[in-house]
Order: sequence, then C-alpha cells, then structure tokens
Amino acid sequence: MSKSTLDPSLADDATKDESKATKPVDYKIEKLDFPDTNYKKVIQTIVFGIFRCAAGVNGLALAIIIYFMASNGLSAITWTFLTQPPTDSMTKGGILPCIVGTVCMSLGAILIAYPIGVASAIYLNEYARPGKMIRIIRLGINNLAGVPSVVFGLFGLAFFVVWMKMGVSILAGALTLAAMSLPVIIGSTEEALRSVPDTYREASLGIGATKWQTIYRVVLPAALPGILTGGILGVSRAAGETAPIMFTAAVFYTPYLPSSPFDEIMALPYHIYVLATAGTEIEATRPLQYGTAIVLIALVLGMNLAAILYRAKLRKQLS
Amino acid sequence: MSDKNVVKMSSQKLNFFYGSFHALHDISLEMYKNQVTALIGPSGCGKSTFLRCLNRMNDLIPISRVEGDILLDTEDIYKTNIDVVLLRRRVGMVFQKPNPFPKTIFENVAYGMRVNGIKDKSLIEERVESSLKQSAIWDEVKDRLHDSALGLSGGQQQRLCIARALAVDPEVLLMDEPASALDPIATQKIEELIRQLKESFTIVIVTHNMQQAARVSDMTAFFYMGQLIEVNNTDTLFTKPELKQTEDYITGRFG
Repeated sequence: MSKSTLDPSLADDATKDESKATKPVDYKIEKLDFPDTNYKKVIQTIVFGIFRCAAGVNGLALAIIIYFMASNGLSAITWTFLTQPPTDSMTKGGILPCIVGTVCMSLGAILIAYPIGVASAIYLNEYARPGKMIRIIRLGINNLAGVPSVVFGLFGLAFFVVWMKMGVSILAGALTLAAMSLPVIIGSTEEALRSVPDTYREASLGIGATKWQTIYRVVLPAALPGILTGGILGVSRAAGETAPIMFTAAVFYTPYLPSSPFDEIMALPYHIYVLATAGTEIEATRPLQYGTAIVLIALVLGMNLAAILYRAKLRKQLS
Repeated sequence: MSDKNVVKMSSQKLNFFYGSFHALHDISLEMYKNQVTALIGPSGCGKSTFLRCLNRMNDLIPISRVEGDILLDTEDIYKTNIDVVLLRRRVGMVFQKPNPFPKTIFENVAYGMRVNGIKDKSLIEERVESSLKQSAIWDEVKDRLHDSALGLSGGQQQRLCIARALAVDPEVLLMDEPASALDPIATQKIEELIRQLKESFTIVIVTHNMQQAARVSDMTAFFYMGQLIEVNNTDTLFTKPELKQTEDYITGRFG
C-alpha cells in the first residue's frame, strides 16, 4: 500500500500547486471607497415601525372588542344568568339552554368532524398517489373552505333537516357545523402531517414496519399537537356562527334542556341575534345581549386555550 | 480472497430510472457475507440510489422504475410476490442523518420488535440491552433509557439508530454515509463499530470519505455517472487501481 496514493490531501496540494503555477493572475483587486450609508438604518427603523404598528392594530382591536363587551355586558352576568332559562319573554332570567345547546353542538361537531377530517387528511397526504383524482378532491376541499356559512345553513336545512328527516335538532346542527369545520380540520391535519420529517417514515419503514404502523406509531403521534389545535380552532370558529344553525338546530325560545340529539335547542350566537333584532325589548335587553356575547367568547376562547395547553403538554412529551 | 467467501447479496444488470432519468446502468455487484462493501464515488453518481435498491426503499418514490435483479441469498427481491416489509426487516438501514423517533431511547430500540409482532416484555428488554451494547452505546444511556432520544448528541443518536436497526436481527445492514453528519470522534466510534459488526452482519456502506472506505471496508466499488466503474478488494483498489478514472478519483484529482 503506497502512502502517497492513499492520502488525498497530499495529492490535493500537488494539484493546487500545479494550478497556481499554470494560471497567471490577470485581474487587480482595488480598495473600494464606500459612500455614506447611514440612510440604510433610517429606512430599517421606518419599516420596522410600520410593521410594529400593523401588529399593534391586532392587539388594539382585540382590546377594544373586549372592553366594549365588558363595559356593556359584565353587569348582566350573574349566577342566575348562567344557570336559569330565560323568563318574561326573554327580557329576564338566564341563558342556560343556550350554553348547553352551543356546548352540545360543538362537542357533536368535534366528534363527527375529527375522525372524518383526520382520516381524509391521512389518505390525501400519506396514501394517495398524486393524480387527477387527488387534485379534484383537493380542489373540492379548498372550495368547501370558501363557502359562506349561510350556504352551509341552507345545505343543512335541505339535506339533514328535510331530506334525512332529522328535523330541527342538535344532530342536524352538529352535522352542519361539522361539514363547515371539515376543510379546516383537513387543512390543519395535512399541514401537521407534512411537518413530520420524512426521515421518521423512512426509519420506520426501513425496519420492517408497514405503512399503517408507521402512520399510527410514528407519524400521528408526532403530528398530534398540530392536528389538535388546528381542528379545535376550526370547530370553535364554527361554534360561534349563527347562520349554519339558525335553520338546522336553534330555535327562538325553549325553556327546556335537550334530552336527546333530536331535540331542538337554543344556542348562544342565535340568541344574541334574536335579542338584538327580534326581541320584544331590544333596547332594554342590551345588557343581556352583551352578556350572552361575553359567555360565547369565553366559551370559544376556553376551547382554544384548552387546545393550546394540551398541545404544549404534548410537545413537551415529544421533545 | 473474495472468491472464498459467500455472496450474501448481489445485483445483476440492475438499471434504475427516476422518471425518464436513467440513474443506474447495468450494475452487477456482489456483496459478501461478513464483509464490509464500500460504495464510493462523487455526488450524484448513483451510489445511494443503488444502496436504496437493496431494501427497496426506492419504492417510496412514485416515478421510479427498476430493471434487472437483486438477489438476497438466492431470492430475487424484486419479484412481485415478495414481502417488502419482511425484506426490510432482513435488510436493515442506517441513514445519513441520525433519525431517532421522538420517543424514549428504550422505545426507539424496541420499536422494530414491536412492529414485527414481538410482545414478550422480558425478551424486548433483553434485546434492547444487547442491541445497545452491540452498538457501543449502552454505558452512555443505561441510566436514562426512558429519556427522550432527542436529548442525545448526534453521534449517540447515530449509534442509537444502529442499535434500532440491529434489534430486529437483520442479515444485511445498509449504511448511507452514516458518519457524514458527525464530528471526527463520533466518526471514529462509528467506524470501530462497523468493524465489530461485520463479524455478525453483512454491511454495505456508502461514503464520501475515501480514507473511511479504506479504513473500514473489505471490498470497494467505485461508481461514476450511474455506472459501476471498478470493484475490487479495498487494498487493491486503493493501491493498484486498474483504471485511470478510479485512480484520479481516489487520489482526489476530481470529484
């Protein structure tokens, strides 16, 4: 074994020396005279200032909304308000049926939309081979995301309430909300699946795991935080909508709490709408309207917060 | 010396296509049992593609196509009725970047046994320990088996990945530049490990590092532009290469 051929670093030096010797330098390096460039820093300060303002507007908007709600509606929130049905043509009493109704429909929507949405996303992202079929399905999902909520309401009315004979019911409302959340759940699940590095999949397949074992044991656990939050955000967004439920689930007034999925119910967003537009005492019930709105926001924020906290916990376990 | 040995895997006139790109041309190569076969060559020469044909990892690329045969012992692994999942258990793989799962150290090694149907707890525990010992990482991790594998250093992670591959009792171990993301000390540990592992396994390793090929391998195959240019036992190939092209590459004149 001759050392000289084995050691490329020696050979490297030899070739470099050769190239130095054969290539004469045919350029000159002159010293550059830089002009004054203080304006660069000024521009940076201005641009960042604009960005900071833009970000600030968001915080300000939220603060104004919350202040507005709180100053108008906080006085309405009492124990009775949260635990009693409305009385006196909905000018007094509480909003318990609405709270129960919105919670039931949100949970229902989650239970229905999550399995379907996650399964679809897994199929699209992990199994399906790219092709015309997949492009059409994706196009459909993207368009579904852009459909106005009132159209979902009408669809729910025609399909679930009338055609499937569910009547105006929690189930019909939950199904409509689920249909509305589906594109968001699919989108966020796909996003979460894509963020799982392919090296995990390769490692798992390379050791004799099937594709399903790989998805179930490696990909899904790694994607779970993203799947959870994205989906909850989608459902909580839908839960605050009035239009999808006004034809499918919610009624003007009922003092009763639901006893089966086929009961009609009251719901928070619809209750606000009713009090503000069709109530007997629109001006007098202003505090009730704002109080109901506060409860709705608290419910939605609570759902989001729970999802975010759970995600943080999962992330901690994973890293 | 090589003709005395048993051929564990071999390719015969293997051609590989990415869509219309012809990535491998008529590769015929024999890999011997309990030996280390190194695949060298410049980037894009097809050595990793060839390695990934050996456990059909390329199947994951939808537009790829294979012609020719690869034999494991006497069985053609590209026959239609072969169980690819079983093949990948028999032909394990270690990747360029350490890629432990975001699970505990223990679960990383136990994973392969679990997905292959082994449920006996004490057997799994025993085997996790022996695999970690075999990969020369046991002493470093034995007190924190239930901590996350992502907390290990890069070199430790790579040895963990080797342990994970060994735990399912493979016959062949494919290594795709296993030390290229590691520092010199970790690299040295991996190389020592490779020399020990060939007592029990057949190893095929892709490397960019010529000295590494010279240090760890018994046979070396030089790839260039999708062709197998020259293959010989490592000492011969590095001291008396038959072709000028091989000599130019191993002496660092191109590539």
